[in-house]
Amino acid sequence: MGVAVSIQQLVKYFGSLRALDGVSLEIAEGEFFGLLGPNGAGKTTLISCLAGLVRPDQGQLSVMGYDVHGDYREARRRLGVVPQELVFDPFFSVRETLRIQSGYFGIRNNDAWIDEILENLDLTAKANVNMRRLSGGMKRRVLVAQALVHKPPVIVLDEPTAGVDVELRQGLWQFVQRLNREGHTVILTTHYLEEAEALCGRIAMLKQGRVVALDTTSNLLARVPGHTLNLRLANAASLPLALRARATQNEGCWIFRLAGFDEIEHLLAEIRVAGGVIEDLRLTQADLEDVFVAVMQGAEAREQAVSR
Amino acid sequence: MSGFRTLLYKEVLRFWKVSFQTVAAPVLTALLYLLIFSHVLDAQVQVHNVRYAAFLIPGLVMMSVLQNAFANSSSSLIQSKVMGSVIFILLPPISYVEFFLAYVVAAMLRGLMVGLGVLVVTGWFASLSFVAPGWILVFAIIGGGIMGSLGMIAGIWADKFDQLSGFQNFLIMPLTMLSGVFYSIHSLPVFWQRVSHFNPVFYMIDGFRFGFFGVSDVAPATSLAVVAVSFLVVALTTLALLRSGYKLRY
Repeated sequence: MGVAVSIQQLVKYFGSLRALDGVSLEIAEGEFFGLLGPNGAGKTTLISCLAGLVRPDQGQLSVMGYDVHGDYREARRRLGVVPQELVFDPFFSVRETLRIQSGYFGIRNNDAWIDEILENLDLTAKANVNMRRLSGGMKRRVLVAQALVHKPPVIVLDEPTAGVDVELRQGLWQFVQRLNREGHTVILTTHYLEEAEALCGRIAMLKQGRVVALDTTSNLLARVPGHTLNLRLANAASLPLALRARATQNEGCWIFRLAGFDEIEHLLAEIRVAGGVIEDLRLTQADLEDVFVAVMQGAEAREQAVSR
Repeated sequence: MSGFRTLLYKEVLRFWKVSFQTVAAPVLTALLYLLIFSHVLDAQVQVHNVRYAAFLIPGLVMMSVLQNAFANSSSSLIQSKVMGSVIFILLPPISYVEFFLAYVVAAMLRGLMVGLGVLVVTGWFASLSFVAPGWILVFAIIGGGIMGSLGMIAGIWADKFDQLSGFQNFLIMPLTMLSGVFYSIHSLPVFWQRVSHFNPVFYMIDGFRFGFFGVSDVAPATSLAVVAVSFLVVALTTLALLRSGYKLRY
């Protein structure tokens, strides 16, 4: 497997703000890669650098082996970007938009592929409708279609499901997963961590312009061991004080972090002895959200230690 | 060059889809100027031994070419910047030279289309001659190129619509209105005649008008030299801005 995207020691300043602080990443061909981080972590700046929309102050970037700056024509031909903002050109219909976008990449008579994209994104009925008359979700689909007109081997989706209904989200992911199976490399940024967990094979977490975690999704999940027990008692006050100290409360539920299953037995016994009646009980595994919180808190603690 | 071809097609389609506003409206404006000024002045005034209406028409045609060429590239750029759709042309492999050529040629085409429209509707009101059609074409094309290019600079520089309208109202409008569209600069006091010689638009109008009547304030070859150098300066500035990514790629 070759390298689809290579990012080396990328630094970008906006005024005095160091938006990217020496980011290095390599993404292999065919990967479904997640880029996560809180707002302002530098995800969009990183993607914009890759797309040539933002010029980095230092560092090297390449797409499928082509330098993003020096060999920009070849690099851009191999990259499809779905931007985060819901942008559109109000003068044109959906089909005109896609034909024009194909032409920018030097592709003429692209209607067969355009029809296929429209079909897959459930846009066929809107093909001749002006962009202005589409709903937000429909405009988002057109943005995805625009990124795909030139069949780029690397597809970048910057928060593609923000404000999109469940049905489209499902349809979009099926389509993107199919493209990924067919060999396209997919890079995804999202705020929906369950999406990243379900889709991405590998994930980088960014904070304040730095990569604070970079691993396979399964390894990241293994970082937060154990399970979580959610309990709802018929009488919330009946939880013994000793147990309360170990739990956190959320919407009437008591949440316990467990290192092993044997803890459950003791816990339930103590509640029974105290006269507690269990109304609901759920056992869940740690998810990406737990990992995300742990990584971000860890990064913060390290920063504080360094600044001391 | 397929990026250039498509971008040119897109730019032409853009103004053509709203041609009522971008072509028909400026033709009507020019016609109103002609009706009012010729009603008041045609019987009393002659310039270069032609009746005022006939003198005025080439000026109005050229003014329309210039203003609409500027409006086309500047409004297209500011709109796509404000809407964010400018990324659709920044993401594909389009070089800055293709970018420049597509916007300037589209601006020229709109300018020439409006100019032709003005000529057709105003031509009924005076007997025009076409002594040197070559000069007419050369000045219309290069003039449209200068303004299309200047429109790109304005569109790239402006972040908001009111900045662009400032550029248009405080620079382009005075330069075109005070360039001898409505009068021969020989009718001005000496001081203002000298000032007019620093306005490149004056040479565009004067050279263009020479093509109709064979008379002008300045020799057409001199005007052509000034206009050509102006085009070169504006074009090179625009290309340098595009190449640097100024206000387009951060």
